[in-house]
Amino acid sequence: MTASTLTRGRSALSRRPAREGGLTWVSGLGLGITMLWFSLLVLIPLAAVVATAAAGGWDQFWTTVTNEQTLAAIRLTLGGAVLVTMLNVVMGTAIAWVLVRDRFWGKSVLDVLIDIPFALPTVVAGLVLLSLYGAQGPLGVDVANTRAAVFLAFAFVTLPFVVRTVQPVLAELDRDVEEAAASLGASRITTFRRIILPALAPAIAAGAALSFARAVSEYGSLVLLSGNLPFQTEVTSVRILSSIENDNRAGAAAVATVLLLISLLVIIAIDLLQRRLVRRG
Amino acid sequence: MALVDVPHRGFDEDQRDDTERAREIRPRRRASLGTWILRLVVTAYLFLLVAWPVSLIVQRTFSEGLVELRGILDDPDVVHALRLSVIVAVIAVVINTVFGVGMSILLVRYEFPGKRLLSAFVDLPLAVSPIVVGLSLVLVYGGRDGWFGPGLESAGFQVIYATPGIVMATVFVALPLVIREVVPVLEEIGIDQERAAHTLGANAWQTFRRITLPAIKWAIVYGVVLSLARSLGEFGAVKVVSGNLLGETRTATLVVEEKYLNFDKGGAYATAFLLALVSVACIVVVAIIRPKDDTP
Repeated sequence: MTASTLTRGRSALSRRPAREGGLTWVSGLGLGITMLWFSLLVLIPLAAVVATAAAGGWDQFWTTVTNEQTLAAIRLTLGGAVLVTMLNVVMGTAIAWVLVRDRFWGKSVLDVLIDIPFALPTVVAGLVLLSLYGAQGPLGVDVANTRAAVFLAFAFVTLPFVVRTVQPVLAELDRDVEEAAASLGASRITTFRRIILPALAPAIAAGAALSFARAVSEYGSLVLLSGNLPFQTEVTSVRILSSIENDNRAGAAAVATVLLLISLLVIIAIDLLQRRLVRRG
Repeated sequence: MALVDVPHRGFDEDQRDDTERAREIRPRRRASLGTWILRLVVTAYLFLLVAWPVSLIVQRTFSEGLVELRGILDDPDVVHALRLSVIVAVIAVVINTVFGVGMSILLVRYEFPGKRLLSAFVDLPLAVSPIVVGLSLVLVYGGRDGWFGPGLESAGFQVIYATPGIVMATVFVALPLVIREVVPVLEEIGIDQERAAHTLGANAWQTFRRITLPAIKWAIVYGVVLSLARSLGEFGAVKVVSGNLLGETRTATLVVEEKYLNFDKGGAYATAFLLALVSVACIVVVAIIRPKDDTP
């Protein structure tokens, strides 16, 4: 979204007189109010997290972040997020493919199912997964309070991201090129690898970045499902919350800063990827 | 080939064109073995991950008839929590809609320094952990030692551990949703009609109300429905800022956790069912609205 805003905004600007692209006093006032609101709500609070983490000095920050239990939590979160992102790259692309190219009865139901993890309250998502994969589930598997539960919760909440970024790009893709490749003797796999995949790559990467960011920051669905056992199933968000509850705000802010840094990197990555997407499209 | 039959390929017709062409050109080859396997894998994955678990919650809620549901609806604390959740969600959606539309117009139609940074930062709430959101608000608006909190509190305005804090946390997490829907549509429609209206003597407000608003109407509705689902279901950020006081600042999602941890599983499932019902209804409404959006 962000990159396309920029590129198209600029090309539109060159077409119109300079007066309209600039700020009038009404839009200037609107910008001022919007920025004030955005600062009070988002920018200043997030700055406060970094400032609180920095207040204790580098040594204290480093000691907090490299605390063994914290490191275990960060490792579990990042590891789980990487694994689930890989799963989403494969399954998300496959789901998008089926939704766009295949036609069968009940397909629109699948389309609705994709959005449910996004809209379902996270704590409800945890409960929902627990009812199938918990102790009294009809499948007879019990993943509650294990690392598999963390992975399962990640997979559930990140499901929509790759699908929803790949789907529109796949739908817009020109079929003529594929038909040309096929008529020149390329197999379906070759066509997919050489023609379709390169066109989808930026969208897949953007979706992967989103799903990685979502998994890293997940909290709600894990509360009931993973048991939050230190060194076992405790993720970073839970670690931060326990610091807050122990009134250790500096500690909480230090770990939160690490998460914020990851979020920021992901946002930058998405921005760059989407710019590439726009240039191609 | 098929392009000859379709002289004008509009933006929105692309997908329909493609499926039509696919039917014309290769009607048999599509349903090969590979297609069937893919179809099966995807359906099984979605069934196991989403459909079956979500349907189980309905089953658990109604396993003893309407007892559980009636039980939570007779509990004044739960009813209070549900009402609080709805009020907070409605306020958050109104705020996010007004500022979301304003922000989208600023980002698409105007040039100003720092625009690039702002448009990147708008997405940040989607990537930040709800716990970090809660912590950040407590650090600034906390009544004891926040940056602004003590000042606001001495002026008689408590934010953290009160409803304003819950509203702020909810607005924060749902912030990008309206903007992400409206911005692409604003880009799509361009500025020609707005300029025409301007030339014909319409002022900024008239142009917005008569030209821009009708064009982005469905994008706003879509964003509002998504925001509503997200706001109603916010959990982590609210948990940090609300203080979770029974009958005061406990929201519906917090009730689910509390009931489950206190071994009132029936009550937890029933409350979760109500929340799931609303969010699934939101998704279905969006699914019905969306095709209308694609064929103007």
